[in-house]
This record gives sequence, structure tokens and C-alpha cells, in this order.
Amino acid sequence: MLKAKIKVTLKNGVLDPQGKAIEGALGSLGFGGVNGVRQGKYFEIELAETDKAKAQTDLKSMCEKLIANTVIENYEIELH
Amino acid sequence: MKSAVITFPGINRERDMLLALEATTGHKPISVWHSETTLPHVDLVVVPGGFSYGDYLRCGAIAARSPIMADIKAKALKGLKVIGVCNGFQIITEAGLLPGALMRNANLHFVCREVKLKIENNQTFFTNKMANGQIVSCPVAHGEGNYTCDAETLRRLESEGRVVFRYAEGTNPNGALNDIAGIINEAGNVIGMMPHPENMIEPLHGKMDCRPLFEGLLAA
Repeated sequence: MLKAKIKVTLKNGVLDPQGKAIEGALGSLGFGGVNGVRQGKYFEIELAETDKAKAQTDLKSMCEKLIANTVIENYEIELH
Repeated sequence: MKSAVITFPGINRERDMLLALEATTGHKPISVWHSETTLPHVDLVVVPGGFSYGDYLRCGAIAARSPIMADIKAKALKGLKVIGVCNGFQIITEAGLLPGALMRNANLHFVCREVKLKIENNQTFFTNKMANGQIVSCPVAHGEGNYTCDAETLRRLESEGRVVFRYAEGTNPNGALNDIAGIINEAGNVIGMMPHPENMIEPLHGKMDCRPLFEGLLAA
């Protein structure tokens, strides 16, 4: 069994109002020097597949078809 | 004119849309459940608003991959007319029928209020009873209506007259790029919009500004 960790983040240049709000909240908690916050999503996926190359291909397809919206998001796959 | 309204789990505006279509076109629309694989023979499909699948993952993302959407996509590519309203706009955009994406409102608030919509293109199957530049009242109710797309897509939308509805000056509720409230695809048969025209067509709605949109469907 293989386990994948997938990170989905907004592409550079795409406005992130949630990140901005988090940045503001950190400031109001007294954390100085926060120059920017970008938020994203994290997924853990367990696969029955044992072939790493095949799993990598499947995961890429999952990201392209559902997990990320590639119009506005990037994804990174980490496979263990 | 025969029409169908698609319902996904979590959609809550399908009844408003069914009633609006019946009241304005004189024909009872067919209600279609998301798990069906084939559309009935219709001239128009409407994907209504709501919160399909609880907006999990991204608004409209899961509904966009449901069985009925495959048939809607195939038939839309052959010219079937499709309108997506609110969550329906998010769904058909996630399905790739329209370019760009709907993001979290820039002010992070869910907005439920009346806005002013400017008709930017009256040569579509939904706006042919309107005048270009005409401003109408229409309600919005969404948390993720902030339309965005890349610079090249925006250039094409604007230069090809594919921005159909724009929030009139000062009423953009969500930060959408160029005040975009609704767009049409290149072939001219798929329209998506964030506002809810189905809720501004009867005296009890307070105003009937959007009734001509539905009446335009009969002329198209």
C-alpha cells in the first residue's frame, strides 16, 4: 500500500483573500514581521497500488481531474 | 420550448427555477436528478443554484463530475443551450464548459442582496429581449462569486463580447474581475451567471426586472 500527501496551493498572482485575513489576524495577535500568508489545502490519500510509477500517474490524473482546479491552483504530490 | 432543471444533493434553488421556467415559457420543465446518465430531449438545460455537496473541495467541483454532467457536456458541445446560475455557474465552469473560475468573495463575506446588472450583450439566447447597456435589478446570494481568469482569457471574453452581464458601477458584491457577473461560451450556447434572475420575475418578488430574460428564451 502506498500513501500520498498532496498539497494544493493558489497559483502566484491569484488573489488569496483568506490568506490576507489570516495575515491580518496574526498582526492583531501581536505577531510582527509577517510579510504575507498564502493558504492552501492538504490531502492524504491511501492507495491499494504498490507500483510507485503507476501510483504517480494515477495521482497526477486525480489532481488534474478533481483535487486541484488547475485554472487557479498548483499541486504537489509526495509519495511514500 | 422544452427545458430540464438538474438537481444535485445540496442544491436548493431548483424549485424557484422550475417555477420561473414554467411561469415564463408556459411549459413545465423536467426535473432531472444528478445520478441519471442521459438527459431527456430538451432545448435547454438549467443548472440551478444552491450548495451542491456542501461546497466540499471547491464550490461545484464534485457536482461537475457527476454522471449527468458528462451527458450535459457532450450535448453542450453539440449546441444544447445551457444556463448555470450561481452554484450552477460554478458547476459548469468546474466542468470546463466556461473558462475561468469562481473564487471566494474578495471581502470574505457571503453576500445576499440586490445588485444592479448591466446587460453587455443582448445578442444571446437569454438576453435578446433586453437592450445593451440596460440596467436591471437582480438578487445575488453567494460566498464564492469572485470571477477570475488569466489575462488572455479576459482579453478574449471582453473583445468577443462574451461578458453578458456586468455588475453596474459600485455594486460589485464579490470583487469579480472587470465586474463580471455572467459570461457566455465561444459557441454562444452556454451562459453562466452568479445572480439569480429566477427570483426577480413576479410581483411578489418586489420587481420583475428579470422576466424578459426568460421571455427571451422563447424568442431564441
